[in-house]
Formats: sequence, C-alpha cells, structure tokens
Amino acid sequence: MKQFEALTRKKDSQAVRYLIVDDSVFARKSLAKMVESFGGQIVGEAGDGLTAITEYSRTLPDLVLMDITMPQMEGIEAVERIVQEHPDARVVMVSSVGYQDNILAALQKGARHFVQKPVKADSLYEIIRYVLNDDGVTAAVGAEQETSR
Amino acid sequence: MRMDLIQPFIGSLDSVLAEMMNAPAKIVDLTMEEEGYRRKGTAAVVCFRGQIEGRVILDMEPRAAAQVASFLAGGHVDPGASIVSETVCELANMVIGNAVTQLNDAGFEFKVLPPEVLSQEQCEKAGHASEATILCFETAAGNVHLNIAMHYLYRRSGDETPVAVH
Repeated sequence: MKQFEALTRKKDSQAVRYLIVDDSVFARKSLAKMVESFGGQIVGEAGDGLTAITEYSRTLPDLVLMDITMPQMEGIEAVERIVQEHPDARVVMVSSVGYQDNILAALQKGARHFVQKPVKADSLYEIIRYVLNDDGVTAAVGAEQETSR
Repeated sequence: MRMDLIQPFIGSLDSVLAEMMNAPAKIVDLTMEEEGYRRKGTAAVVCFRGQIEGRVILDMEPRAAAQVASFLAGGHVDPGASIVSETVCELANMVIGNAVTQLNDAGFEFKVLPPEVLSQEQCEKAGHASEATILCFETAAGNVHLNIAMHYLYRRSGDETPVAVH
C-alpha cells in the first residue's frame, strides 16, 4: 500500500487521532488502513450516528470520518449534534451518496468536507491535510513516498 | 422501465467494478423479471424511498465476490469467507449510492436505506407497481447481476403533474 508522509499534530507532533463512523465493518477497516498509512491513530469506531456521538465525547478525536446512510441515526444528524456540543469538531463526510443536496446539508450542519466512495487514498489524504491545516492542527508535510508493506 | 433511470446504475456498476477488479465488465444479458428472483451467489439489497421507490439487488458469483473482497482487503480472500458478504454490501452501497447521486442531481428526490445481506435463495417478484430489470455483467472472475425494481411516484422537480401508480 502506498505510504504517505505522516500527518502530525502541530501542538505536540503526535499522530492525528481519528474516529471512524460507518455501519459497514468492512468500510471502517478500509478507512482505518488508509489513515494508518497517513500515520494516524484510530481512537474509536462507531457503526451508527448515536454511537458516534458518545464515542466523540469519550475520545475527543482530531478528526471524524463519517458515513451518511446508517441505521438508527444518519451521519448528517450526528454531525449536527456533535458540532452543537463541540463547535471545534472536524468532521469529513465519507459516503457513496454524494448528491448536491446531501453535501450541502452536511456542510450546513457543520461538516468540513465531503469524500465520495469508493475512496481513493490520495484524495482522502489531501482532504484531511486541507481540513486539519485549515485549523493549524497539522504540520505541513512534504512529498509522498512509495513503499511496500 | 425507463432507461434514464437504469443508465446511472449501469454506469456506476461498470466504473466501480473496473476499479475494484482492474478489468472492464460488459453487459451480456438484460431480462425483465417474470417470476421471483433466484439468487446466484452472494447478494445485497438496497432499498430507496421518495419520488422513486424500489430496491436494487447486487448479486455476485462467488469468485467475482471474492476477487473484490481481496482487492478491498488488500490480501487473498476465499470465496466462502464471511467477509465476502460484507464486501458485497459495501460494493452495493457504492454502486447504488453513486447512481442515486446522479439521479438526485437530475432532479429525482429520494433517499437510500442501508444495504442488507440478501440471505434467501428465492425472492418474491417485485411489487406489481415496480418493473424489474435484471442486468448480467460478465467479468473475468464470474458474472455480476444487478436486479433493479423501481417505480416512480411523482415526476421530478419542475415537472407538473403527479403520476398515478396503480
């Protein structure tokens, strides 16, 4: 798998901490692999919006990757509730359903960006870097490198 | 069934399979569902509600499903592994989500429900208000079937008259 230059937090140079929310275990594992190749640390996982809210409060991650279509509570409502409680929360929506109304709704509720499935590691890396840099959370990173795992 | 409703599903499956299997898929058969649908391999169903209602079944022959699972897992996966059905669900989510995105952007408003594994061998015929079309895609690892059953309740935004469904 392509290995990326690690994204680290500016304040302490530690790994960026992620919460991954998707009702598909497979999708969560796939996203986890990607963010680990970015040097990230998975601090929590959730399979629905309600669990995501409690997991967010428990782990206080640097960034959330959030699916939209999920049982019990959908991603857009979960984003709204997380951002109400934690205005600095950084949430990137990751969904196969990427029509304009959906994206707009997510952004209006407080999501910072949107990635459409199937997710490409390069695109996700750039978006995460953009979202975190926007708040000055990550150190600027250099060129990517190819390594085999 | 209207081709403008089906076409996004064809394009979406084609592009997602091409990416996941590193090879093109081609349509080798198109039939209308006469009786109930008999599952061919590992299948997932996704339902949608709104101006268009219905369901889509993504059904993959075992080797094809295992190949996609191997690609997504980043290592060899046996056709019988439990992860295969999870993979087919995620693939259905991607294919149908991408198609729905195109239809929504074309003015049809509807919502997708989470995918579910289709465990029963024989499915009932789609409701009489829904037309079902079955597309068979050929890939190097086996066939992939897409069963699309949908009807639309209202014309898209900007159109004037509701369409009655009997």
